[in-house]
Amino acid sequence: MADTQIPPVLDEDVVAPQPGGATTAEVEGLSDKPKSFGRLAWERFLGHRMALVGAAGLLLLIALFWIGPYFSEFSFDERNVRDRKLGPSTEHWFGTDEIGRDLFVRTAQGGRYSLQIGALAALIATGAGTLLGALAGYFGKTVDALVSQLINLTLIVPAIIVLSVFANKWGADALGLALVLAALLWTRIARVVRGVILQIKEQEYIMAARAAGATHKRILARHLLPNVVGAIAVEITLLIGSVIVLESTLSFLGLGVKPPNASLGTLVAQAKGDIDSDPIRVLTPGIFIVLIVLCVNFLGDGLRDALDPRAKVDDGGAGKAAKKAAKAARKDAKKMKSSGTVVVGA
Amino acid sequence: MTVDETFTSGVSLNLAPNEPILTVRDLVKEFPIRAGVFRRQVGAVQAVSGVHLDLYANETLGVVGESGCGKSTLGRSLLRLIEPTSGSVMFGEEDVTTASKSRLRELRRDLQMVFQDPYASLNPRLPIRDIVGEPMVIHGVSKKEARERVGELLKRVGLLPEHGNRYPHEFSGGQRQRIGIARSLALRPKVIVLDEPVSALDVSIQAQVLNLLDEIQEEYQLSFIFIAHDLSVVRHTSDRVAVMYLGRIAEVADKDTLYGRPAHPYTQSLLSAVPVADPKRERSRQRIILQGDVPSPANPPSGCRFHPRCPVAKDKCTTEVPELRVIGEGHQVSCHFPLEAGETLLQRVQQLGRTPVMSTVK
Amino acid sequence: MNDESPLLTVDNLSVGFVTKGGIVQAATEISFEIRRGEVLAVVGESGSGKSVTALALMRLHPGNAITTGDVDFDGRDLLNMSDAEMRSVRGSDIAMIFQDPMTAMNPVFTVGSQIVETIRVHDSSVSKQDAWSKTVDLLQLVGVPEPKRRASQYPHEYSGGMRQRAMIAMAIANDPKLLIADEPTTALDVTVQAQVMEVLHEVQAQTGSAMMLITHDLGLVAGSADRVQVMYASRLMETGTINQIFYESQNPYTMALLESIPDVDGLKDRLEPIPGNPPSLLNPPSGCAFRPRCNYAQPICAVDKPVLVSVGVEHESRCLRAHELGADTEALV
Repeated sequence: MADTQIPPVLDEDVVAPQPGGATTAEVEGLSDKPKSFGRLAWERFLGHRMALVGAAGLLLLIALFWIGPYFSEFSFDERNVRDRKLGPSTEHWFGTDEIGRDLFVRTAQGGRYSLQIGALAALIATGAGTLLGALAGYFGKTVDALVSQLINLTLIVPAIIVLSVFANKWGADALGLALVLAALLWTRIARVVRGVILQIKEQEYIMAARAAGATHKRILARHLLPNVVGAIAVEITLLIGSVIVLESTLSFLGLGVKPPNASLGTLVAQAKGDIDSDPIRVLTPGIFIVLIVLCVNFLGDGLRDALDPRAKVDDGGAGKAAKKAAKAARKDAKKMKSSGTVVVGA
Repeated sequence: MTVDETFTSGVSLNLAPNEPILTVRDLVKEFPIRAGVFRRQVGAVQAVSGVHLDLYANETLGVVGESGCGKSTLGRSLLRLIEPTSGSVMFGEEDVTTASKSRLRELRRDLQMVFQDPYASLNPRLPIRDIVGEPMVIHGVSKKEARERVGELLKRVGLLPEHGNRYPHEFSGGQRQRIGIARSLALRPKVIVLDEPVSALDVSIQAQVLNLLDEIQEEYQLSFIFIAHDLSVVRHTSDRVAVMYLGRIAEVADKDTLYGRPAHPYTQSLLSAVPVADPKRERSRQRIILQGDVPSPANPPSGCRFHPRCPVAKDKCTTEVPELRVIGEGHQVSCHFPLEAGETLLQRVQQLGRTPVMSTVK
Repeated sequence: MNDESPLLTVDNLSVGFVTKGGIVQAATEISFEIRRGEVLAVVGESGSGKSVTALALMRLHPGNAITTGDVDFDGRDLLNMSDAEMRSVRGSDIAMIFQDPMTAMNPVFTVGSQIVETIRVHDSSVSKQDAWSKTVDLLQLVGVPEPKRRASQYPHEYSGGMRQRAMIAMAIANDPKLLIADEPTTALDVTVQAQVMEVLHEVQAQTGSAMMLITHDLGLVAGSADRVQVMYASRLMETGTINQIFYESQNPYTMALLESIPDVDGLKDRLEPIPGNPPSLLNPPSGCAFRPRCNYAQPICAVDKPVLVSVGVEHESRCLRAHELGADTEALV
């Protein structure tokens, strides 16, 4: 047998002081049942600090928006004319607006609305974009030409005009607004998915799967889509951010949610006249918009890394060690440089 | 090793002795050239144009040529990983090019492929055991059995069964190529097309993989089509060798004939261009330097496709396409004026009263 | 500087890269010299440090590189000169030829104008007309047909071989004393490789410049080098004349490398592969880096780090058993 000529080669063979010992140790260390991809991804996600911060932040915001109002004695459209434009207090935690409504409850309601619109529009846009992008990328030719033209067409449409026309008509309804936003934003996902598929379908492992007799369905499901998931995860989160900002812009312009309902955008709009005397009323909903977008983006970054099989599970520790080593090396180098024999980063 | 029933071939082959296992006739692959918004076809590149080849059982047929000669396209057309435009590929009595989709799937048990790029040919999201086991799962082997066989296969190619739980990025280039080989063996094929299997590997690793291929060929009774640009590697691995130039076969012969007394001027100049890792031999060689580059296959020269670079071309070569013809036992060449046994290109050039461009390297 | 002194003296050159996983030591304590007019081949596999060394000489490494050591080029200290001085050295005294001429040339300028630019950057007193006619001469010299017409074409209009010729023309435009050719023919077909090597040798013979030829192809080395350096895992393993390396090697890695490659003349029946893989530079093995793959390794090799020892005139090898290896090597395994 050839095993005598070609011993099993492991990286450890050359790295460890005693090749034989290292190999067995390595083998024993492995459990019989391998970790599934999902489990590895979960572990990588847990090792990603920013992602955890994003996820925790998002959960907190959701809790605040959905559960918070139960702890307040006010409802979102309850007016109290005597208590207009109050500052934050133990009674009105975020103060009141110009007709005496409680701003904490209204902010929570606006946050709920913004998050819902964001998730809904992002979901619709992602679904449509992934489908069209994947079809264009995988089948190419006429399908690709059609989808690409559709993308170009959508991109050259003046978004704000279309939005103001359609949002005025359907904007009051959350689903209607989400659809309008998705119709404008699907192109980004479609382009990303198309690009990734185009690139991956030329990879030899797709050819290898075909050589093994795999069907189109199997190739799409097992080899193509899983490799697109990472890219989509990032795009979805960026998209949620965009939708929330866009919706806020629309509502600010009076085109989105209709009174007495609120979104974070309308809250900013209502308070804008008093920005000099009462900046807190503008700042509060504004800060929540920024917080949501930040958390969602952190989450997206973490998802992308978690879904990349090449990433190490315990990245934090290694990264820290490397940074430390690098710092020490730079220090050494600096020392030597003063003696005139060194170039740093030449 | 026991051969499970599941792994018996998809096609029953009753080959008479000396009958080829794979017969390629007039194989043509054209790629359309498209332009414009609607991707209208404006022309075609003949990457493979009328190739004849025979592959015999348990032999290695080397296919060599420079970039753009169509050797990789040929390899993929044989397995219909790209659809050939015309021609036939007979596997035993069955034509691969006309097989139905489901029949083709069966045929792929017998016809397998190993790819060039060990980084691109393994799906980064799947553990090794799924990658090597995929062909078996597709062809209906139970998961449990597939897993057992994966362990055996990994062991056979010099890895450990436990490596099945790892992901491709944890392996070096040479190890990944071993994994690719294990995958190609999973269905117990009869023919494997090896597309530049070692060209992406470091020199010190190439020999490991070449030796492994040698061993599995004997053990599994395989026939190889070994596609490569490196003439030294091909000489080492092949029994017979086909030289391709711009989509056509220039010369086919058994290894010793082809390297010992090449008849096609292209073969001879190609061989003399290969540097030898021995200073004394290398510096005492007489080397004719071919002029120019390989022309684009989109616009091939008239007549013999090699004539613009051929130092001994005559008028006939510019107009008439030379057919592949037999000039000796198992020796075929497509040249109007092939070199005689023992005749060097230099002698022919001088005989024609031309001045060769010789290497002046010390 | 007289003609006896070496053109380039590299002393104790090390290059490390700061990465996420730690410091990758890509070149370790490299010392060598290049003499005027000679061809020094640097051989090694990917990751052996051969290209890293060359780029360090040119100070072309990215910001995360840490370079230490001394490099003396014709009496000038390359590592400690100002960036401006270094720029005047690059492309005039030392010129570089890269593996991929497509990426080494700017696609939006004609080939001729890029060579003119190279000439005038280093000598602004040359008029545009003079530089242009010199460019045409250079293209002629490297065998570009119809050089006048081709000079005003763009890089994408050149074939791979022609582009590499143009790259050579650009490299020799300012009569460099040292040409660094980093895998100059790896991207080319074998017949075109023969053409380009031919041009390189002609050019080198005409200009009298020295050449540092970096390659993994021992065949190219056999045909063109005066002296050879073999690198492995960031260190020099063996240095010697062409004959010493190919016929009298006293280093197990060099010997194994020569045994493992197939021969186009069919002189080898079976290839002797080198087992295992090259070591990780992040976490190199103890003792000798080649030890885990070495046929001649002994327990001491895992403990002591071998140094380069002299095993003959101009012949050095990094192996604890270097002196034993000269004689009857078979008996040592």
